[in-house]
Amino acid sequence: MTDQSTNSVAFVADGNIPQSPPPARETGAIKWVRANLFSSWMNGILTVAALLIIYKLLSDALPWIWNGVWTTSSLSECREVLQGKTGACFSVLSERWNQLLFGFKYPTDQYWRPTLAFVLLFVAAAPVLFFDLPRKLLAFTALYPFLAFWLIWGGTILAPIVALLGVAAAAYVFQTYGKASFAIGFFGAIAAAFAVWIIGGKLIPDGASDNALLQAVPSRDLGGFMLNMMLGVTCVSLSVPLGIALALGRQSNMPLIKWICVIFIEFVRGVPLITLLFVASVMLSYFFPPDSTVDLFLRVVIMITMFSAAYIAEVIRGGLAALPKGQYEAADSLGLDYAQAMRLIILPQALKISIPGIVNVAVGLFKDTTLVSVISMFDLVGMIRGPILASTEWSGVYWELLGAAAVLFFIVCYGISQYSQWLERRLATDHR
Amino acid sequence: MKKSVFFGAMTVAGLAAGAAAAATLDDVKSRGKLNCGVSTGLTGFSAPDANGEWQGFDVAVCRAVAAAVLGDASAVEFVPTTGKTRFTALASGEIDMLARNTTWTFSRDVDLKFDFVGVNYYDGQGFMVPKELGVTSAKELDGATVCIQTGTTTELNLADFFRVNNISYEPVPIETNAEAQQQYLAGSCDVYTTDASGLAATRATFDAPDAHVLLPEIISKEPLGPLVRHGDNGWGDVVRWTMNALVAAEELGITSANLAEMAAGTNNPEINRLLGSEGTLGEMLGLDADFGAKAIAAGGNYGEVFAKNIGEDTPIGLARGLNALWTEGGLQYAPPFR
Repeated sequence: MTDQSTNSVAFVADGNIPQSPPPARETGAIKWVRANLFSSWMNGILTVAALLIIYKLLSDALPWIWNGVWTTSSLSECREVLQGKTGACFSVLSERWNQLLFGFKYPTDQYWRPTLAFVLLFVAAAPVLFFDLPRKLLAFTALYPFLAFWLIWGGTILAPIVALLGVAAAAYVFQTYGKASFAIGFFGAIAAAFAVWIIGGKLIPDGASDNALLQAVPSRDLGGFMLNMMLGVTCVSLSVPLGIALALGRQSNMPLIKWICVIFIEFVRGVPLITLLFVASVMLSYFFPPDSTVDLFLRVVIMITMFSAAYIAEVIRGGLAALPKGQYEAADSLGLDYAQAMRLIILPQALKISIPGIVNVAVGLFKDTTLVSVISMFDLVGMIRGPILASTEWSGVYWELLGAAAVLFFIVCYGISQYSQWLERRLATDHR
Repeated sequence: MKKSVFFGAMTVAGLAAGAAAAATLDDVKSRGKLNCGVSTGLTGFSAPDANGEWQGFDVAVCRAVAAAVLGDASAVEFVPTTGKTRFTALASGEIDMLARNTTWTFSRDVDLKFDFVGVNYYDGQGFMVPKELGVTSAKELDGATVCIQTGTTTELNLADFFRVNNISYEPVPIETNAEAQQQYLAGSCDVYTTDASGLAATRATFDAPDAHVLLPEIISKEPLGPLVRHGDNGWGDVVRWTMNALVAAEELGITSANLAEMAAGTNNPEINRLLGSEGTLGEMLGLDADFGAKAIAAGGNYGEVFAKNIGEDTPIGLARGLNALWTEGGLQYAPPFR
């Protein structure tokens, strides 16, 4: 057999051909470039054009950043140091960073307080945002608003304690009576909270803030990016529950509730935010006696919350409308009452659908907080537009300041967007 | 329920506003702080420095009034206002006085119900153009795009000027001086127009100030001064005579350097009356006898305040011009302290 085969066949491979590398043009970086950048003439031209544009941008921007001056004390000194070369004057950031972050009136030796509140924000937000974490952490989340209030505004610790007691009393009343009748529980809770606040407010002695552990800082002294963060976080966290309530109210069968919600939503959505802010800052002060106005920060929070709650309500209504009618009927057929059906079946699905929309509103809201600069509150943009650009040292520094503001906002907004995408993946139960 | 709260608040507000209108001086004294409205930022006139301390020419007026009334130049709560919020802030009682380079006009005085207590800076509206445009007179600006701050008298003056000269322009509305500067440098408009003092201050911060010229035409009168609400003449007098004290001090040669010496008593009775060692002028205003001395101690006399904040040795470099004393050919003239 072996003999025959060797003789009758001209060539037999007696082993595998050694593996040779693929042709150079079909491998590695070259293949990737050919496939992705130069797959056709048209794409090739576009690639070259894009590279030219990128080169142009970077060749202008990078020297500007690298030559940046960080240590001078005014714009004219920057110009002297640079001697006509391209270069940024980042000194404004190193000199005024505290004003950009905290505003120009927050006491310098107290910066640790808002910083600590900011760090604790992550601890407080974690169990809400990542629900795999132990549920016990929620206790800290519940305490956080009062803690943060005390840290940022300072003054007597009795004020946040009374506020906390009021909320606790409301929760207790609702727990006790809410099971029997929702309405009694709900209104009883509100009454209990106000009773505690009013009585507690009377009990706090005048001048309790004067020698408090933390020096009291009035709202007017808050500013900078801290103000944007405070407005953003407060308004988003208040407007989501309010938006859910409005969306459910709009679907209600009870005409009064339905029409209140419809009118509220349509009215607020029909008015520009800036108008609401002007009302908050200018008009409301006509309605209050000169010495006992409602705090400007609180007025602005109320207006922005109303505004974003109306939008979030419509987003959530979209989620509710997207649920098949069978889900509602299934809940009814199980014998669940309204609250149970909403809590266990309808809202979990509707909110999941609404996540991109809610995040969209939240990101927009966070950026809209810069509008408060037009009612002369010194948020990040207000600080830049007003005091810093009006100072004799830094008049004329635009790119550096507004670039820094853009970076700060981008970090936060991109973070929110990434979180929402994670949340969507985490909640995905379908088979796509 | 909401409605009744609303009406309740309105009623309370009405009652309180009636009460508050009467005695701003007492309110300020019992509060221990003067609420003074200033600009959110105008180079040389009012801006907080790196330490958050308000500085500037308008700010100095607030400090002088606080010193005269409360004896402490730092007892001021500065309330930043924009061109749009300034008048409502004053009318609603949020601030006691407004020192925000505000032009004294008929309608603001009469129709908006304010009292201008004097003029701390005589200004006029001018034009700045890039030199390369080759324009030498504002009358050559036919068809130009003009950067202009909204809500100010400059906007109206500009329309008047172009109408009178029968030429056309295209306005580019902007909000703040800083924004205007940027728009102008970026070439969004050919011309920037605002008060001449503001133009000089703006030009001083440019990379190449020589590349821009101020046109010779001054097209308006802009008497800038502090103002208070109508109807409380006692408080108006306090602010008016505090300002007059600063001007009179310059005229009489009282400076922050020789103030202590002069306050002890001189042989010039007018100085003695102004500084309180003679007469009862302070008492007539409801203030301490030495209110004038305290106001001058806050930042010096009018000339010193001018030199420190906007004078020729500062980056802004404004000459006294119309704001020199009347004895030196200017318009600053204080009625006699008698």
